[in-house]
Amino acid sequence: MIQTIAFYLFASIVIGSGVLTIMARNPVHSVLWLILAFFNAAGLMVLVGAEFLAMLLVVVYVGAVAVLFLFVVMMLDIDFAELRAGFMQNFPLGIAVAIVLLAEILFGLGAISAGPIELGTADGSATPVLGQSNIENIGALLYTHYAFLFEIAGMILLVAMVGAIVLTHREQKAVRGHQNISKQNQRSPDEAIVMRQPSIGQGIDL
Amino acid sequence: MTKFFQSWGMTYEAAWFAATISGILLIALPLMLSVAMVIYVDRKVWAAINLRRGPNVVGPFGLLQSFADGLKVFLQETIIPSAANKGIFLLAPIVTFTVALAAWAVIPFDAGVVLADINVGLLYILAISSLSVYGVVMSGWASNSKYPFFSAMRAAAQMISYEVSIGFILVCVVLWAGSFNLTEIVEAQRGHGFGIVNGYIFNLLLFPMWVMFFISCLAETQRVPFDLTEAESELVAGYQTEYSSMSFALFWLGEYANILLMCSLNTILFFGGWLPPLDIDLIPWFDIPGIVWFLGKTFFFFFLFSWVMATVPRYRYDQLMRLGWKVFLPISLIFIVVISGYLMATGHFSA
Repeated sequence: MIQTIAFYLFASIVIGSGVLTIMARNPVHSVLWLILAFFNAAGLMVLVGAEFLAMLLVVVYVGAVAVLFLFVVMMLDIDFAELRAGFMQNFPLGIAVAIVLLAEILFGLGAISAGPIELGTADGSATPVLGQSNIENIGALLYTHYAFLFEIAGMILLVAMVGAIVLTHREQKAVRGHQNISKQNQRSPDEAIVMRQPSIGQGIDL
Repeated sequence: MTKFFQSWGMTYEAAWFAATISGILLIALPLMLSVAMVIYVDRKVWAAINLRRGPNVVGPFGLLQSFADGLKVFLQETIIPSAANKGIFLLAPIVTFTVALAAWAVIPFDAGVVLADINVGLLYILAISSLSVYGVVMSGWASNSKYPFFSAMRAAAQMISYEVSIGFILVCVVLWAGSFNLTEIVEAQRGHGFGIVNGYIFNLLLFPMWVMFFISCLAETQRVPFDLTEAESELVAGYQTEYSSMSFALFWLGEYANILLMCSLNTILFFGGWLPPLDIDLIPWFDIPGIVWFLGKTFFFFFLFSWVMATVPRYRYDQLMRLGWKVFLPISLIFIVVISGYLMATGHFSA
């Protein structure tokens, strides 16, 4: 009963905020609706018992990716009239993409009615162990059965990261006021301070 | 608690509902009260360190000062700037406040005294605390004013940076405890050091992690050495500049609820939660209820927070970023490798 109410609550909010993401006039509002959609999708995942994935969705997408989205979108100087003009300009392209997607869905529906694909039978090697938590199950699968794929995914991410850094990194030349903190910390009063007591009218030689 | 309500003749659903609601109230109301008192403590500690008296007029020893302040902001007019984005402007303090309360759902105050004893408790805390940046960012943008906007940008970068190292530090604790469940993490600390002391703080490999965690907590809650989001010498009051009355008070309450949450996390993850410091029955301290230990330790950490606030000067922003990315991140990564290597070598996981 409670689960059913929760499911319909989360599901309707996901769909509603998804629609509002593309309908909102202000891009910042769009991002905020998107965040609401992410958050409720996490709620749906909790309902099906995938609490680890739900938390990951919130930590990664809501906590990091969407913050950066928001960060960028907030700083955009948006001219709404220009946006509208762009919309009319790209309208034919959008229609074309929509038609392609619709055709694919119709094609898929037609293919299903022709009968399911032969997927082979499950050998049970990937079944979750009963009485273990979500994290242990995922870990056991990810680091044994799918270890190679997992490592490959990690390498691809690493390459993407290095690529992003290479593209944006500029070697700083002529650093003005560059601070070397360890050098500062290693200074001792002995080498920085000299106590002199010049007699009156004499001054000191530095 | 569900059983208790069922004994009143309720159906299971109704009893569950009533138990959850009363559990939420049992956490939220004392939390609000303690936030009010803790603000008073904060001001008293700064005052003592600065050789001032601090609040001492309203009530005995000024104890009712926070309530007087609360009443004052409650009676003030809510001003919404005409150029503000009204909906988000009003939503931002609500988000801050709600998120600060929501994280308390998984905090165990004593053995079994927890609203939601979920498997992924620590991840839940991480997820919720990563949401708290939205309150700041939304308010900064919606105010449509320069200083709040600078503050929002600073907050976004700062909180993401320190969340990374907090995440890695939490991984170290989880490796040792073998669980994401906060209750199990506390139980794993029972007799951790030579079977005598309770708490990961006495572990030589985890002690540096605690130091880093404490500093990251200061940065995550935007407390003093890292309070660049509301640096009054540069940004007026940061993201709260355009706020008044209750919407301002919600930010204030949320901020202190977050600070208390971080204090309790220090207690749970490194100082043995509700367990007494030693696991031997020297004095009858196992008879003291666990919640007293928990609240006492949390209060101790709060004192540390205000001590730091009263004594340490503010960081420069580039130094803040350097500390997060160039110091804490590499060190915590190295410690993950060292700790998991140590645990593998000593056969911690074979049992």
